[in-house]
Amino acid sequence: MELSEYFSQLFSDYTLRTITMGTAILGAICGMLGSFAVLRKQSLLGDAISHAALPGIAIAFLITGTKDTNVLLLGALVSGLIGTFWIRGMVTKTHLKSDTALGLVLSLFFGFGMLLLTFIQKQPNANQAGLDKYLFGQAATLVEKDVTLMAVVTGICLIIMLLFWKEFKILLFDADYTKTLGFNTRFIDILITFFIVLAIVLGLQTVGVVLMSAMLLAPAAAARQWTNKLSVMIVLAAIFGAFSGVFGTAISASQNNLSTGPVIVLVASVFVLFSFIFSPGRGVLFKQLRKYQNRRDLELQKTLQFMFDIAKTHERISHPHAIKILNNFQGYTKSTLKELEEKEWVKVKGQSWSLTEKGYDAAANLYNNN
Amino acid sequence: MSHSKIAIRVDDLTVAYSYKPVLWDIDLEVPEGVLMAIVGPNGAGKSTLIKSILGIIDPIAGSVSIYGKPYDKQRKLVAYVPQKGSVDWDFPTTALDVVTMGTYGKLGWIKRPGGKEKRAALEALEKVGMLPFKGRQISQLSGGQQQRVFLARALVQDAAIYFMDEPFQGVDATTEIAIINILKELRKAGKTVVVVHHDLQTVPEYFDWVTFLNVKKIATGPVKDIFNDDNLTKTYGINYKVAVNQ
Repeated sequence: MELSEYFSQLFSDYTLRTITMGTAILGAICGMLGSFAVLRKQSLLGDAISHAALPGIAIAFLITGTKDTNVLLLGALVSGLIGTFWIRGMVTKTHLKSDTALGLVLSLFFGFGMLLLTFIQKQPNANQAGLDKYLFGQAATLVEKDVTLMAVVTGICLIIMLLFWKEFKILLFDADYTKTLGFNTRFIDILITFFIVLAIVLGLQTVGVVLMSAMLLAPAAAARQWTNKLSVMIVLAAIFGAFSGVFGTAISASQNNLSTGPVIVLVASVFVLFSFIFSPGRGVLFKQLRKYQNRRDLELQKTLQFMFDIAKTHERISHPHAIKILNNFQGYTKSTLKELEEKEWVKVKGQSWSLTEKGYDAAANLYNNN
Repeated sequence: MSHSKIAIRVDDLTVAYSYKPVLWDIDLEVPEGVLMAIVGPNGAGKSTLIKSILGIIDPIAGSVSIYGKPYDKQRKLVAYVPQKGSVDWDFPTTALDVVTMGTYGKLGWIKRPGGKEKRAALEALEKVGMLPFKGRQISQLSGGQQQRVFLARALVQDAAIYFMDEPFQGVDATTEIAIINILKELRKAGKTVVVVHHDLQTVPEYFDWVTFLNVKKIATGPVKDIFNDDNLTKTYGINYKVAVNQ
């Protein structure tokens, strides 16, 4: 299927539409909540939580014997939450740093989950296959009720966020201060963390345990580049996330057999790369251009200053001087002289130059304006 | 000097992060209306003391009261200026927005700041000379300007007692003078101000009350009575000589 064919079928093909809706909603909620994780410097938390969810999926299957998504995701939610509270406990109760706690929980839970998966695969009944789709996700298995669940959770999350906007913002910026104002920071913290866990669990079916954290971080990291306003950042992150979902699904549907989860993550990474390079305020490209421009301006000003110091010693500003003199000056190049001439600060005649009235004034006022 | 009311009272406060206590059995009374410096060497527990009073850190033992009542009931009387380095200044927000956060405590849960809060924030920004920078992204402010934004955020709380954790750290002379003038204005208005302070030379000039701290409380009282070589030596453990000419 061609990419254009995908978009024309989007409105007629029910399955395709369901999957696209699902990945778009997932991208949006992950972008929103990922912004919180990024700003709290908890980027790795998402990775730990998603890995911690794996044993929950396996245990839910072992207990119930069904492969119903909601049951398995409930298991994932429980074990994801247990993992999260272990991490919090380790950080507050011991002197371990949070990256150590995250790493420990991540590998411990993931290892245990993999162990359970291999154990399940060795079981003699025929129903066991397919749990490993939660490792890398399989968007094709999304059905309408999955998407409805995602939409409901996203809606609730949005309402909570709008309701507690002020509390979320101040906690993200300055937690200690928030506490002194009388807010229950534990409650706000748990609320944010709970929704992050929820978003991750929702994404496991589509993107999978291993790549889930990229869904949280990539849209948020990209959005941060474009704005200095929290609300705009969150909206942008949601949009980037949703577009990653839609484009990722489109590409994987049009190129047969490409796994959707990894493609979505790659599309999100393209957003990040593009933002890192091209965003006007923080992007590498414009930063470099500004630096280059500033350096050129400074060289120009220094040359002008040098000329000014020479011209100053003569009665007439327009007194001509040999260009040769300028060779002694480090910042001088032929192009600077040309640029100065274009600005009408300097007149060049044959092998000599002279300052203009305008150039003289500009030089005299160079560093007086601050 | 007659100080009738006790603004802050600390009884038997002990704090420990691990085995070693950071604060040991602190008793402290701060009279209303003083400008008090807390001085002591690094690791003396100066920041910990104000964080414990503010309920950010849970003490192992002891109690704190603000105007005779537990801190929980008196939060609205207290404002706090944390150390500048305690937050991420690259956070996507503006100077005005940060100062507005000072109104959140009185607003309480869920209610959003409105026109009244915004006006109060602008007024506070003006007091610290930062009004022209209200829309500036906070990472684009200098260290001194960031400190003034933090001060404005506390001013907007319109409290009776102000706690400040090293407000003079890493700021230039202009900002230092601007800050100390505001502190003196607060005192004139009858407020109590407690400042963790590092520069011993300026204590007699800036403050009228001082607490010497080194895990234990060494001394507390009026600067003119107790700011002497004897207490400095006891606190810093070396023979300290400071010209005290007040």
